Amino acid sequence: MKRRVPLMMVFVVSLFMVVQNFVPLDEWNWIYQFLLDWTMIIGILSLLLGMWSLWKVHTQKIKRKSENYGYSFITLSGLILMLIFGFFPGSGGIENYWYRSFFYYIMVPIQATMFSLLAFFIASAAFRAFRARSVMATLLLLAALVIMVRFVPMGPLSPIVSDAAGWILKVPNLAAKRAIIIGVGLGAVATALKVMLGIERSYLGRD
Amino acid sequence: MMENGPDLVTLLWTTLAAFLTLATFSFLYKDNPLYKIAEHLVVGVSAGYFMVLFLWTSLKPVLIDRLIDGQYWYYIPAVLGVMMWFRFSKKLGWLSRYPIAFYVGTSGVAIPLYMYNNVNRQLSSTLDLTLGFGSLAHFWNIIIVIGVLTGLVYFFFSKEHKGAFGGAAKIGIFILMIGFGASFGYTVMARISLFVQRIASLEEWGVMLYTYIFG
Repeated sequence: MKRRVPLMMVFVVSLFMVVQNFVPLDEWNWIYQFLLDWTMIIGILSLLLGMWSLWKVHTQKIKRKSENYGYSFITLSGLILMLIFGFFPGSGGIENYWYRSFFYYIMVPIQATMFSLLAFFIASAAFRAFRARSVMATLLLLAALVIMVRFVPMGPLSPIVSDAAGWILKVPNLAAKRAIIIGVGLGAVATALKVMLGIERSYLGRD
Repeated sequence: MMENGPDLVTLLWTTLAAFLTLATFSFLYKDNPLYKIAEHLVVGVSAGYFMVLFLWTSLKPVLIDRLIDGQYWYYIPAVLGVMMWFRFSKKLGWLSRYPIAFYVGTSGVAIPLYMYNNVNRQLSSTLDLTLGFGSLAHFWNIIIVIGVLTGLVYFFFSKEHKGAFGGAAKIGIFILMIGFGASFGYTVMARISLFVQRIASLEEWGVMLYTYIFG
């Protein structure tokens, strides 16, 4: 009951998902869409689990007065305010003025700035890691340099750089990306088969 | 911005955005309370934002509206979703295996899809026979074919990389290194673009503030 039924469930659902791809019947397609709705519903209801986890972590930090617990008030305030703006009766849901403003003037600037900060950290990490000590490291460094010089904000510095970047993207980069994509595809199919046949069971956890 | 200059409300919101941008940038100096405020704020606001968004745009039309319409078979996924909440219970934690099993089961769809999109389509595009024989495009296509094959050889770990197989794997890693370099270059430039955009937003705020004060 605790392990066999979930394993059987995985097998039956997986088998249906594979077979439906080859059966061009409307009824099968309807069941397929119906099951996709199920995944969406389960996924969104699972989000509440994450929400509860976030709430628990920060309330416990406040209760225990852990180090920097004051910042937990800020996280919880942001969360509570967004939920009030979005769910308060008559608030207008996602069209609510405060909900949208918090998104545009708080969430977007901080997230964009955090991602832009990575430019500095990537550059400093590259400075330490990209020493041209071997042929492979030199190839990596050269390819990165050509692409970066090609895409500087003021435009390509010369037609030679533009052509070189175009060649890198269309020939070796394409070959590398295809090898990775094919590898990922074969790996995903092998993993899905292992899951379907019950060989891979780690998702069930321990008893 | 209004015709006669910015209004106070827009200016206040933009000032808040500029303050949070600078607070986040302050991390470049070192971790500090201003950065921590921005960091903790964005965690809470993002969580609330996505919760509200998913509930209104997905859960309501897909589940709640259908249950109101009398499509009672949608209680099954709802019950499965609720069963996920037992994940942290020591006694009833096993109940969460059912929705997880269903969710994992749907990954079966990956078998035909990945086989078609990631393998078949990529292979057929690699072996492009429509290119004119002897042309430069044909030559580069041969290089691509060699690159893809040797790249795949590199990822094949069931056989030791020795002899001819090892040589092919070596060529594969050269090709992969160029690919990684290109991806790295792209990533850095994307971040630089984002950085330029953030600086431009600060400049806009400065102009807005100046216009509001001095007209």
